[in-house]
Amino acid sequence: MSVTINIQDLVKKYGDTTVIPELSLEIKQGEFFTLLGPSGCGKTTLLRMIAGFNSIEGGTISFNERVINQVEPGKRNIGMVFQSYAIFPHLTVKGNIAFGLENRKLSKADINAKVEDILKVVQIEQYKDRMPKNLSGGQQQRVALARAIVIRPDVLLMDEPLSNLDAKLRVDMRNAIKDIQREVGITTVYVTHDQEEAMAVSDRIAVMKSGVIQHLGTPQEIYQRPANVFVATFIGRTNIIEAALTGGKDGYSVDFGSGYSEAMTNIQLPGSTDAKKLSVKVSVRPEEFIMTDDHTGMKATIVHSVFLGQNTHYFVDLESGQRIEITQESKTTHILEPGQVVHLKVKTDKINVYDAAGELNYTRGVQL
Amino acid sequence: MRTRKRFDVWTNISFLIFAFYMLFLALPLFTMLFKSVYNGTTGDFSFAYFVKFFSKPYYTNALFNSMKVTVCVTALATIIATPLAYIMATVKIRGNATIRILILISSMSAPFIGAYSWILLLGRNGVITQFVSNTFGFQMPDIYGFTGILVVLTLQMVPLIFMYVSGALKNVDQSLMEAAESMGYKGFGKMRKVLLPLITPTLLAGGLLVFMRALADFGTPMLIGEGFKTVPVLIFNEFISEVGGDDGFAAAISVIVVLFATSVFLLQKFIANRKSFTMSALHPIEAKKKKGMGSIAAHVIIYLYTFIALLPQLYVIYTSFLKSNGRIFVKGFSLQSYQSAFESIGGVITNTFILAIVSLVIIIFLAILIAYVTVRRKNALTNTLDIFTMFPYIVPGSILGIALLITFNDKPLILSGTALIMIISFVIRRLPYTIRSSAAILHQINDGIEEAAISLGASQMKTFFKITLPMMLAGVVSGAILSWITIITELSTSIILYTGKTKTVTVAIYTEVIRGNYGVAAALSTILTVITVVSLLAFLKLSGQKEVSL
Repeated sequence: MSVTINIQDLVKKYGDTTVIPELSLEIKQGEFFTLLGPSGCGKTTLLRMIAGFNSIEGGTISFNERVINQVEPGKRNIGMVFQSYAIFPHLTVKGNIAFGLENRKLSKADINAKVEDILKVVQIEQYKDRMPKNLSGGQQQRVALARAIVIRPDVLLMDEPLSNLDAKLRVDMRNAIKDIQREVGITTVYVTHDQEEAMAVSDRIAVMKSGVIQHLGTPQEIYQRPANVFVATFIGRTNIIEAALTGGKDGYSVDFGSGYSEAMTNIQLPGSTDAKKLSVKVSVRPEEFIMTDDHTGMKATIVHSVFLGQNTHYFVDLESGQRIEITQESKTTHILEPGQVVHLKVKTDKINVYDAAGELNYTRGVQL
Repeated sequence: MRTRKRFDVWTNISFLIFAFYMLFLALPLFTMLFKSVYNGTTGDFSFAYFVKFFSKPYYTNALFNSMKVTVCVTALATIIATPLAYIMATVKIRGNATIRILILISSMSAPFIGAYSWILLLGRNGVITQFVSNTFGFQMPDIYGFTGILVVLTLQMVPLIFMYVSGALKNVDQSLMEAAESMGYKGFGKMRKVLLPLITPTLLAGGLLVFMRALADFGTPMLIGEGFKTVPVLIFNEFISEVGGDDGFAAAISVIVVLFATSVFLLQKFIANRKSFTMSALHPIEAKKKKGMGSIAAHVIIYLYTFIALLPQLYVIYTSFLKSNGRIFVKGFSLQSYQSAFESIGGVITNTFILAIVSLVIIIFLAILIAYVTVRRKNALTNTLDIFTMFPYIVPGSILGIALLITFNDKPLILSGTALIMIISFVIRRLPYTIRSSAAILHQINDGIEEAAISLGASQMKTFFKITLPMMLAGVVSGAILSWITIITELSTSIILYTGKTKTVTVAIYTEVIRGNYGVAAALSTILTVITVVSLLAFLKLSGQKEVSL
């Protein structure tokens, strides 16, 4: 039985340092939910609080309606996949997977049947009698996953499960994890610092920094309308350009300086403030630039280029001296040379405009 | 990240072990301290014993002698062992692995057996002494006294430093040496500027171990020291002597020794902490095949040293098969010595096995629990426990023996003369080996493994027995074998605690040597050596290692 996880005003302290100050969050039943953030942001701490390995200094965690603050980790009915896999090295693959079931007063035949089933799901039937040391990283990962889900947990918790795998295997495994999760339909909380991985597997993502959720939304929402500059820079690559916002209710425009400005149709200021001339930070992702042929837009000088096949990345200097990165679909013609001058415009429907502190997104459509 | 402050079964276990140490280590040491400052007859508080000690040259000389021996042995052992280890690490020596095991074996016998064998070889009527004086008409210098102690103890301690340094050299990356060479350091300069600083922390650690052992050693100065008295001999005499033995005075000397040892220990820790760093080599230094003189010289040095180190044991084994007439060896071979060894004092072998096995079972049990609570359940209590387990490094065996005896000689708990007191002393003194190796392996087991078991619904106890313990087992066993070897070769505590019923092999060898029954002593020594070597080989086989860390 998969559950809804409700977290209310949760506080975590180590001594006098508060790591998580009053965090509230609801994770829906059957959802693949990811906690994403740089190291030290509190994501693993939060996960381990849900698991019961970290104490709770305030607030509550409930599975469905039941508050589980005081419940022992072993009685929370969770399945956990550890960063190190934590495979028991002295037990076979089968022994590892059966370990949790053996605590649950099931008949031998029952246990065997369940183990066989799950071995099929994670596709490691042929290795069932091997010792863990004879398994590859990816296979160990599958054992860890099988061991966690075979007990039919209410919640599946995964702590950076892919960080020990090489790049290619990481992509394969994250697809496998997503497929298996969809198949068994368990509420899943996944911790990672890899934003691409998070986007690939998650139904929803909470981006965390210093124990605070900065943005909670679907991968698309977070990428396209990041709540603040931190989220914009953490998810994918972006350029933050200082600009000025002018106009009022009837129409705003962003002035990038050096004679380039764009009218914006999707700006919404808090209250009804007229932006006479508000200094703002504009987040423009590399692919949100257009090179113009008619010498309109910002003037920029090519510094160097990186050819990556499908796309070519250019590093260019603006007239302000700021260096930014832009991506263009690679053309069959020559790559632009260093020193060459180009003109750039931005895709106004895609860029995000923030207040001067970078805390508030003025662009419409932000889903928090 | 372990912040759960639940009281669980481990808290109770910690308390029980803590109580064990309070009763059998803290209380005896405290009693000793108490006795040293209270007059035995009047019961008044006084420093009279300490005044007595420092006012008579007879006593202060012993202290000075002890320091002289200890410092010289530590320095000499380091000076000899370091180049040996360096040669073994850098030059390909034929029979490298065997040599390492032989050197290890040479360090594992009881030091006093070495002492008595050297007397047979280099003493007044020693084989070599006789040979030299008969052939060259030249009188060898005297082996007794300071020289003898120095030779015997140094030979005994070199393997320890050798093993420490060998271990450290394995962690020195070849590229560090190459980097030094690329910057123009060669030969001696390279060693002094790069290699020596890198192994300094190791030398300090090994040096401390040697220092403590040399300071505590009782058998060697007793046998070969003659007029040259060291503190352990003094304590023994004061405590045991039938006429005018004085517990209080022996306690006072013990207190002085423990204070001295503790200050050396703390000083070493202070220096070592400032010089410590961790190394791990991607490309360890490799032994290279040398040609010509270099290779010959290296081989000669290594083989010669190994021969000298093993000579005492080999000679003892040889004499055990000699025919003897009363106390004198005569021409021809026989098993006579073994016969009388089994006939007259065969019980000691059984005693040794029973005492050692019981002690070992307790050691394994306690060590596993102590390792677990000190590594996995860090708190004030387990930290204190951790410090308690270090004490046997500082407190010499004879002093612990005396402390136990004066504490449990009276109601409410009379243990003196029992097998139990012997077992307690073995457990306290030899626990650290098993704790160390168990803790070391526990450090390598990821925390997540236990959490995984708990998250799957296993109880704490089930997690421990089904997951943690099986994973720890290899480390526990290798430590236990070391504890075992050091128990069966133990002398300094047993000599104080034994009675007729609890006499061990080492005590028997010692008393037979004192009585001049060299044949029987040799037979018993040989039996002990065989047991030791077999255990050691079992250790190497089981642990898959080529070295022992002490």
